[in-house]
Amino acid sequence: MSSSLKSRKEMPLTPLSSPSVGSMGKTGSWRTFRPEVDNSKCTRCTICWIYCPDAAITRQDDDSPKIDYDYCKGCGICANECPVKAITMEREEG
Amino acid sequence: MTIKELSKEEYLLKGHAACAGCGPSIALRLLFKALGNNVILVVPACCTTVIQGTYPYTSFAVPLQNILFESTAAAASGIVAALRQRKLEGTTVVGWAGDGGTVDIGIQALSGAAERKTDFIYICYDNEAYGNTGMQRSGATPYGAWTTTTPSGKRERKKDMPLIMAAHRILYVATACPSFPIDFVNKLRKAKDIEGTKYIHILTPCPTGWRYDTSKTVELGRLAVQTGLWALYEIEYGKFKLNPPSDRLVDEAKRKPIKEYLTLQGRFRNLTEEDIGQIQKWVDEDWERYRKLTSNSTSDSTLYGKT
Repeated sequence: MSSSLKSRKEMPLTPLSSPSVGSMGKTGSWRTFRPEVDNSKCTRCTICWIYCPDAAITRQDDDSPKIDYDYCKGCGICANECPVKAITMEREEG
Repeated sequence: MTIKELSKEEYLLKGHAACAGCGPSIALRLLFKALGNNVILVVPACCTTVIQGTYPYTSFAVPLQNILFESTAAAASGIVAALRQRKLEGTTVVGWAGDGGTVDIGIQALSGAAERKTDFIYICYDNEAYGNTGMQRSGATPYGAWTTTTPSGKRERKKDMPLIMAAHRILYVATACPSFPIDFVNKLRKAKDIEGTKYIHILTPCPTGWRYDTSKTVELGRLAVQTGLWALYEIEYGKFKLNPPSDRLVDEAKRKPIKEYLTLQGRFRNLTEEDIGQIQKWVDEDWERYRKLTSNSTSDSTLYGKT
């Protein structure tokens, strides 16, 4: 191609997806068990954050976890891996 | 390095389409934490095409090209050549393919790229079957495992893909597992700085196909390493080196019995005691080979001959 393109509109017809949070909708609706964090037990080790497959756990400024229930699928890896058992899985009601 | 030193930036956006408890998704997050967003991914048909989501949205905040099953390494070679032509240096090209797209269908293009020493990282994430189409057996499925096409358990052994790649005399071959995140990130960063073809094979447990509870993904990856069924090693410039915690497992007594790993998974429910004994024997044989490779690599010779 001789000249570089200025925007996507100049491209030939191309199937191109744009990045977006929630590309498959609110995946939190898949959940049957919800993880609850007991902040008094949490040691801020950030292990739950690194192992979350859905990036639904945010590491806050003090390294404590914040779970985004809109997108958490409730797999339970965080509760299983927490070394001090500060995360428990509670059944979703209703 | 520690977990807290890893970047908080996420380039795999939440709300993607992976199953709950997906092992490859953890690996993808770690990939971006190691390499940042100056990467171009080449992805063939595999679970990652599902994780991407449906047009016109995607969960990947980095450039990614979908390509045919057999062409991952060929397409990556083309992108590497284009980047060089346009003098866009500093961008890492990553081939990211599943075990079916690597050990069965993509091996020809990968072998060609390795022979040409194309400068890119190829990562095979191994969930030991064709997961995206509903678990059919692949060349990476282990002995005895249930899949939809081996309902009574596969009767053949798993291909040793990392050593096939090492036979290409490429400068860097490694195995990893997302249950050991720092080890995986270190290997990716090391691979990024080496010029030539780099191959990393990672074991990523799959709750849907392996038939276990979604919360056990990380635990199973850890057990696979601790039982010795999956060894963490790297072959750098032909020197074979076991990485922690696998380096301590050369001693048979330190390895956990493989039953701990097998009984957690529904796909191994058909195994008889004889089968388990046979698998344990193979594991011990593998470790004898790793021991020999380690001791050979400490002298002046390497896997590829004299240095």
